[in-house]
Amino acid sequence: MDRFVWTNGLLEMNETLVIQQRGVRLYDGEEKAKLDVGVVLLSTHRLLWRDQKNHECCICIPLSQIIFFEEQAAGIGKSAKIVIHLHPAPENKEPGPYQHSKYSYIELSFKEHGQIEFYRRLTEEMTQKRWENTPVSQTSHGRTRAVGIVGIERKLEEKRKETDKNISEAFEDLSKLMEKAKEMVELSKSIANKIKDKQGDITEDETIRFKSYLLSMGIANPVTRETHGSGTQYHIQLAKQLGDMLQAPLEERGGMMALTEVYCLVNRARGMELLSPEDLVNACKMFESLKLPLRLRVFDSGVMVVQLQSHSEEEMIASALDNVSDKGSLTAEEFAKLLGLSVLLAKERLLLAEKMGHLCRDDSVEGLRFYPNLF
Amino acid sequence: MHRRGVGAGAIAKKKLAEAKYKERGTVLAEDQIAQMSKQLETFKTHLEEFASKHKQEIRKNSQFRVQFQEMCATIGVDPLASGKGFWSEMLGVGDFYYELGVQIIEVCLALKHRNGGLITLDELHHRVLKGRGKFAQDVSQDDLVRAIKKLKAMGNGFGMIPVGGSYLVQSVPAELNMDHTVVLQLAEKKGYVTVSEIRDSLKWERERASHVLDHLLKEGLAWLDSQAAGEPQYWLPALFSELLSRDVTPEEANQMTP
Repeated sequence: MDRFVWTNGLLEMNETLVIQQRGVRLYDGEEKAKLDVGVVLLSTHRLLWRDQKNHECCICIPLSQIIFFEEQAAGIGKSAKIVIHLHPAPENKEPGPYQHSKYSYIELSFKEHGQIEFYRRLTEEMTQKRWENTPVSQTSHGRTRAVGIVGIERKLEEKRKETDKNISEAFEDLSKLMEKAKEMVELSKSIANKIKDKQGDITEDETIRFKSYLLSMGIANPVTRETHGSGTQYHIQLAKQLGDMLQAPLEERGGMMALTEVYCLVNRARGMELLSPEDLVNACKMFESLKLPLRLRVFDSGVMVVQLQSHSEEEMIASALDNVSDKGSLTAEEFAKLLGLSVLLAKERLLLAEKMGHLCRDDSVEGLRFYPNLF
Repeated sequence: MHRRGVGAGAIAKKKLAEAKYKERGTVLAEDQIAQMSKQLETFKTHLEEFASKHKQEIRKNSQFRVQFQEMCATIGVDPLASGKGFWSEMLGVGDFYYELGVQIIEVCLALKHRNGGLITLDELHHRVLKGRGKFAQDVSQDDLVRAIKKLKAMGNGFGMIPVGGSYLVQSVPAELNMDHTVVLQLAEKKGYVTVSEIRDSLKWERERASHVLDHLLKEGLAWLDSQAAGEPQYWLPALFSELLSRDVTPEEANQMTP
């Protein structure tokens, strides 16, 4: 870190910005530098770093000082890094953040990713060595910079200010919006209380409308505590759509699919206007009352599945027993392979058969194996 | 659709009740529902305006998303509850998180055979980003956590276990109680743990330690290295995947002896 010098961060004439990346922390060797997180910039001539919060704090190093560099993959709790080995600092080096360092290398830690592209560009620049063709005057000229290039830096500064302004405006607008949303929440609470206390006569129609208002706002139904779930037109429609859409996939998968599988299948097919997990659950809850040939089922373990009405429980258990007897014994993995089911669902079927007394288990560290129950 | 209590007598009774309420200055529920309908339309307009100005901000800025989510939570609104909600439809927050949910499920499913259904939040983050490609929106760990919270609604044991300053994400319904969690936390530093280490650090008897480790083995969350020097080591693939394994390039693969 003692190779770095202070700089005003402005580019010199003939120097071009190649890439920049936020969220980078510097390391002196393997120790964190006494600087905060900042933006690292690569130009045709230099490697610069600027503090994200304090734009005045800016340091740089000429690319010619780099001997070699390498990537260091991310690890547990550690961001990806680029390690840069440096030549010793020249004797007449200008002042920088470190007078002295025991390390001859630094590390850039990419807390917000971006290391892949940065590494690529650094490689390019170090190969091309463009600084050799177009030398720039270093700080011997003090703070004078070529006119015209100042414009680039000014634009960057303006963009930064603009972004900051946008964000604070966005936050302000957000707060105002939330105030209005809060009013809606209060109103819905009041309505729910009145429904409870029967202050006024609510028709079924109005109840349905109220539920759909709650759905639109994302407010939990204060009366039933369930998130504005079943009973809205939206979920009824959805349930019917699912009834059509899931027939074939379910048949292919032995009549049963985990709800998470259904979620992925349906949302991948939709591409946009995706379903929320709760939308899916609430729609599936309606299968029975809408007399659709599907059912939502929750196993003891908490696993939720959608299954075809036609695949009755007895059938499933009988088939499980048949398969196990046939092979003598089966683990969930073996059973899954046999039937083309996921291991999770295969296990649930075996557990179900066990619950009904048709199978018994042998539970060891080698795995869980099921045998026909001869007792 | 019917109104309850049809009939002249019922109507008269109702009118009397209404009159009484109105006298006391109480607003009736049905009037409030009508009022809510109007207010909803107004709110929708405000939201549309907000969306036209700041929709990009939500898409690009993960900090902004955090703020947004926290404010919603404070006032009692869940913007992710339904794809049909205003927030989702107009701000596009829904699609962002629901799609993330799909990607999370797929990553967990793909790795389950290796780590038993347990993965560090870091590794999950890394793999989701990789799967999304270079040009996709950035996704923060906060985004992942919120998406995972929503996935819980679908059963299937999605949960998060605090370990070493971050989290382990569980995607199978394996029962993990406090004992299991504590052992996982102990194993976090090196990726494995031994019975002696458990006894030294946690002061448990041998049997309790063995019981917990056996459970982890059975659930496929731990692998036993019985040939380790000293005593058997129980490795947790969820923890060591990043530490020791690397994706091998085709060139490297060619150089390796079969």
